[in-house]
Amino acid sequence: MNNETALTQHAAKTNDKTMFGFWVYIMTDCILFATLFATYAVLRNNVADGPSGREIFNMPYTLVETLLLLTSSFTCGLMILAARAGKLRQVGLWLAVTFALGLSFVTMEVTEFTHLVAEGHSWQTSAFLSSFFTLVSTHGLHITIGLLWILVMGAFLLRRGLNEHSLRRLEMFSIFWHFLDVVWVFIFTIVFLMGVA
Amino acid sequence: MNATKAKPQGSLLSYISGFLLSLLLTAAAYIAVTQHTFSGAALITIIIVLAILQVLVQLFFFLHLGSETRPRWKLIVLLFMLMILGLLVFGSLWIMQNLNYSMMSPEQMNVYMINQNSAGF
Repeated sequence: MNNETALTQHAAKTNDKTMFGFWVYIMTDCILFATLFATYAVLRNNVADGPSGREIFNMPYTLVETLLLLTSSFTCGLMILAARAGKLRQVGLWLAVTFALGLSFVTMEVTEFTHLVAEGHSWQTSAFLSSFFTLVSTHGLHITIGLLWILVMGAFLLRRGLNEHSLRRLEMFSIFWHFLDVVWVFIFTIVFLMGVA
Repeated sequence: MNATKAKPQGSLLSYISGFLLSLLLTAAAYIAVTQHTFSGAALITIIIVLAILQVLVQLFFFLHLGSETRPRWKLIVLLFMLMILGLLVFGSLWIMQNLNYSMMSPEQMNVYMINQNSAGF
C-alpha cells in the first residue's frame, strides 16, 4: 500500500465518521419532533372555544405544500448524484431548483399562518392551536435553516468548486433535506389528514 | 478513489422510483380522506399505514438505509430512536388518557359510562 492510498483511506474513514455523527444528530432531531408530536396528540381535542382542525385546514393547499416538499427532496437527490459524478453545473442547477421549491413551501406556510392569525385563530386561542403552531413552525424553521445552508453551499461551490469537502457537506445537506421530508409526511398525515378525517 | 467507488449509494433509478412511490402513497392517503369511502378507525389505520410505507420508501430509496455495510450503526441508532419515540408518544397519550379519566366530574363520568355501556362494555 503506498502513501497516497493510505491517505485517501484515512480521509474516507474520517468522512464516514462525520456522516455517522450527522446521522446521530438527525436521529436526536427526530426525538425533538417526537416530543412535539406527543404534545400535539395529547392536546389536539382541547380546542377551548376556538376552531377545530376540521374548520381551519385547507386540504388542497396543504397537498400542494406536500408536493412541493416531496419534489424538492427528489431534486436534492438528483443534486447529490450530479455531485458524485463531479458535474458542477448540474449541482448548481439542482441546488437552485431545490432552493426555489423550498422557498415556495416556506412562503406558502407563512401565508397560511398569517391568514390564520388574521382570522383570529392564533396560537393564543387554544391548546390545540398552540401545539399546532409549535409543531408545524418548528418544521418550517428547519426548512428555513436548510435554505440558508443551500445559499452557503452555493457560495462555497462558487469559490472552491467540487472537492471532497464540498461533496461531504452536500451529502450531509441531502440527509437533512430528506429527513425534513420524512417529518413532513407525518405532519401531513397526523395533523392535516387525521385532523379532517 | 477506491473508497468512493466501493459504495455506490443510490442511483437515478432509486431516486425516480422513490419519488413515484411517494407521490402514489401521498395521493392514495389524500384521496382516502377526501372521498369519505372509509370512516372512523378504518380510515385512521389506512392513512397511518400509508404514512409508514412512505417513510420506509424514503428511508430506502432516498436515504439508502439498505445499502449500509456491516456493522449497521445507522440502523441501530435509528431503531434506538424509534424506541424512544414510541415511549414518548404512546407513553404521553396513555398517561394523559388516564389523567383525563381520573379528573372527570361526576356528570362527565355518567356520560362516559353511558357511552361505554352502549359501546358494549
